[in-house]
Amino acid sequence: SVQAHKEEDNPEKMMEVNGLSPVPHSYDYDLIVIGGGSGGLAAAKEAAKYEKKVMVLDFVTPTPQGSSWGLGGTCVNVGCIPKKLMHQAALLGQALQDSRKFGWQFTEEVKHNWMTMTESVQNYIGSLNWGYRVALRDTKVTYENAYGEFVGPHTIKATNKKGIEKLYTAERFIIATGERPRYLGIPGDKEYCISSDDLFSLPYCPGKTLVIGASYVALECAGFLAGLGLDVTVMVRSILLRGFDQDMANKIGEYMKEHGVSFIREFVPIKIEQVEEGAPGILKVTAKSTTGDQIIEGEYNTVLLAIGRDPCTRKIGLDKVGVNINEKTGKIPVNDEEQTNVPHIYAIGDILQGKLELTPVAIQAGRLLVRRLYAGAATKCDYVNVPTTVFTPLEYGACGYSEETAVEKFGEENIEVYHSHFWPLEWTVPSRDNNKCYAKIICNIQDNERVIGFHVLGPNAGEVTQGFAAAIKCGLTKEQLDNTIGIHPVCAEV
Amino acid sequence: GKNEYDLLVIGGGSGGLACAKEAAQFGRKVAVLDYVEPSPQGTTWGLGGTCVNVGCIPKKLMHQAALLGSALKDAQHYGWNISQPVHHTWSVMAQGVQNYVKSLNWGHRVQLQDKKVKYFNVKGSFSDPHTVRGLTKAGKETVVTADNIVIATGGRPKYPTHIAGALEYGITSDDLFWLKESPGKTLPSFILYVSLECAGFLTGIGLDTTVMMRSIPLRGFDQASHISKKKQICFTTQQQMASLVTEHMESYGTKFLKRCLPTKVEKLKSNRLQVTWKNADLNREENDSFDTVMWAVGRVPDTKTLNLEAVGVKTNSETGKIIVDATEATSVPHIYAVGDITEGRPELTPTAIAAGKLLAQRLFGQSSELMDYDNVPTTVFTPLEYGCVGLSEEAAVQCHGSDNIEVYHAYYKPLEFTVAERDATQCYVKMVCLREREQRILGLHFIGPNAGEVIQGFALGIKCGATYSQLMKTVGIHPTSAEEVTKLHITKRSGLDATVTGC
Repeated sequence: SVQAHKEEDNPEKMMEVNGLSPVPHSYDYDLIVIGGGSGGLAAAKEAAKYEKKVMVLDFVTPTPQGSSWGLGGTCVNVGCIPKKLMHQAALLGQALQDSRKFGWQFTEEVKHNWMTMTESVQNYIGSLNWGYRVALRDTKVTYENAYGEFVGPHTIKATNKKGIEKLYTAERFIIATGERPRYLGIPGDKEYCISSDDLFSLPYCPGKTLVIGASYVALECAGFLAGLGLDVTVMVRSILLRGFDQDMANKIGEYMKEHGVSFIREFVPIKIEQVEEGAPGILKVTAKSTTGDQIIEGEYNTVLLAIGRDPCTRKIGLDKVGVNINEKTGKIPVNDEEQTNVPHIYAIGDILQGKLELTPVAIQAGRLLVRRLYAGAATKCDYVNVPTTVFTPLEYGACGYSEETAVEKFGEENIEVYHSHFWPLEWTVPSRDNNKCYAKIICNIQDNERVIGFHVLGPNAGEVTQGFAAAIKCGLTKEQLDNTIGIHPVCAEV
Repeated sequence: GKNEYDLLVIGGGSGGLACAKEAAQFGRKVAVLDYVEPSPQGTTWGLGGTCVNVGCIPKKLMHQAALLGSALKDAQHYGWNISQPVHHTWSVMAQGVQNYVKSLNWGHRVQLQDKKVKYFNVKGSFSDPHTVRGLTKAGKETVVTADNIVIATGGRPKYPTHIAGALEYGITSDDLFWLKESPGKTLPSFILYVSLECAGFLTGIGLDTTVMMRSIPLRGFDQASHISKKKQICFTTQQQMASLVTEHMESYGTKFLKRCLPTKVEKLKSNRLQVTWKNADLNREENDSFDTVMWAVGRVPDTKTLNLEAVGVKTNSETGKIIVDATEATSVPHIYAVGDITEGRPELTPTAIAAGKLLAQRLFGQSSELMDYDNVPTTVFTPLEYGCVGLSEEAAVQCHGSDNIEVYHAYYKPLEFTVAERDATQCYVKMVCLREREQRILGLHFIGPNAGEVIQGFALGIKCGATYSQLMKTVGIHPTSAEEVTKLHITKRSGLDATVTGC
């Protein structure tokens, strides 16, 4: 690190430029955050509040198809935001159909234009990228669009798009590099398939699409693509939404099937070939059964891989500084203060082992970590009872235990499950399914019938679930639930 | 026993039916009387009460029709090619809504039958504390006796009879939802949530709508403001929220005639209606013509024909509502009352249902549980919805003093509005807390899409005594509008800009 210092610009000069007080031990920065996503940016902005000298390094390695994006990380560019907007576009398609029953009249044939939607979505994302850059500038956080990797215990090498390398030192580091979609490792996958990294900025309509995978990413994408009028098939190796309440997962699958999504169950692809070039072209997919010898083939315009995501931790020099990672998964184990095995190096967000891969969790963890480091706070991130929502065509909101996990942990005789189907009022007039929406709560009999799991399948599941999550945080019991008056007529009153 | 029935319920609405069905669960002999006196315009309907026929249900469906109109506009930004112009046909919507309501009427009759509750379509009035005389439309008489009687006759819209032509030419919400033809250019008068909701969806389906108001919006919740401080429902004197809601409506196309008082309504040769009013600001008389004039000046309890005097059931001299205690008992033993007809209670379907059920459980199920009217959540389904639970800011200040409360707030933009290029200026969330220590939440207010869905869960939290610190520990669901509640951190006291900027 002494070597590194000699090679750098005069640190004092840099400090004067930024108008900040001197950094201890002559480091360039108090804190360097590697990764400008939800967690990283939240942590950086928080640290700046305490007048710390902070740098954020963010870099997007282009996808095999060549897609790239700006500052903000997965959520803003290729995750939550574009996903929800395209989901909304699909919901609006359904709303168009409903509206006829409510008296609205317009031409019979209504078509969707992919480019119009994608352009609007990308414009909005662009405004967010810009907003983040401005926010960092305003809070005096130094931002570099460069790929960061450790070269020494307190030194990072930052390489920009042009290959120019710079070295920076800091007292502490937060790794928040997130993840990228996994590829299958079969012939043709990188050449011909796209992932969620490419989908939201695809410059042409994907057409007839095969989605490979059964994660929430797979189902959400399949869902909105079908909602926009495309022919969509989902190829699933075994179960849907592994890790989620399976009762609910199956209901989601059923709904999607009834609403135009085809499922190929218990098959895995073994090769992808190009039949015709184009945007989109035609691809041939060969798949093998997981239960026998059967081989099937199919032709699609687009093959979307959504089989999982891998942490970006293998090529950032962690071995050089001795930060342990789980060799199999690439995830970083941390203690309950987000600290790795190297005391001055922390990690937050999707790369953490055993934690939820959610934007709000990353943001919360980042902020609280920084407050502990620089503001004398003691609050740790509470990872219990974190609510989540899957934005499939029929949305699924959940907080707490799945039914299976509750049974496993407490024993079937000690839990009580209350459940109900419901028919949203707005679905009555347009005669939409009257037995698909569903809600269930799981209570711990031994603990005053405390609500330990909440699950709802229906429109606006996210909006419905949020408040229940707050209530569960307060130790909600079945009795208190019963004593609370419903708002009428809304879905949440069920 | 001597009496024919264990329980007689007068009024087949939300409260009445819930009470009757619950009592039947205990194996009791129950009868329900329900009768709809036609409105001055001649509108009538089936079993189920206000909510089902001329309240919550048709209101929310027509609100949905209006929201779908907005969705059609949004859809184009999201890539859907819809040829302009887009038309709305009232009769298609009305038929869809009315058919659904009729299916509910039918459903209620079947349910009563299944639970062996006897139903009489008669107008009831008391002969003595255990005897009620029922008259059919044709004038045929039935006499019913019961050990216990529950009055759940609800309310009907008030007419401003001092205004010439109001009764002959105006309609109310009782009629609006049953119109076969479009109301055309409409003037819903005065500001109550009914008026704003109706004006909202009428504008949304493309009708030229003007709201005439005497003073300020949402001031006229007079019923609500009479109840004791402890039981105040959240939308009392909500100036700030009311103005945000009406501001949105104005930008959305509803016209407002503020500080105007109608003086007369006349019919023109063209069959349109001419309304004359006094404009208080300009101190002059003005007029304009409309296709429909709708009064939404409040509701009156339906007690006139019950003959309460004969049995001595006490009512509030000012409001006409029946006075009840915490057990829903009236001044006469064995006579109870639930729902909109009771003094000091929120006029909401879910509270009527809960009160009715609990009453039946106390009468026949050995329960002693009383109805808890605290922290009842509610939502106003205006174009931009307003949901709330707990105390209003004003009520909290009144109760605790402004030094002892902290108000957190934020202006946010729902993600779906971005691509649709919709104005989110009035999307707002406000949380009123006690200032000390953990900061217990006293009230939560939310203006935005799906406000009802957002507020419901938080109402539970408030029931559990949720504090600001617990809320801050609750992770948000992203991206939703509800998560804004978990992100509140700017106080009104600080004077800082409360606009949410990015994640």
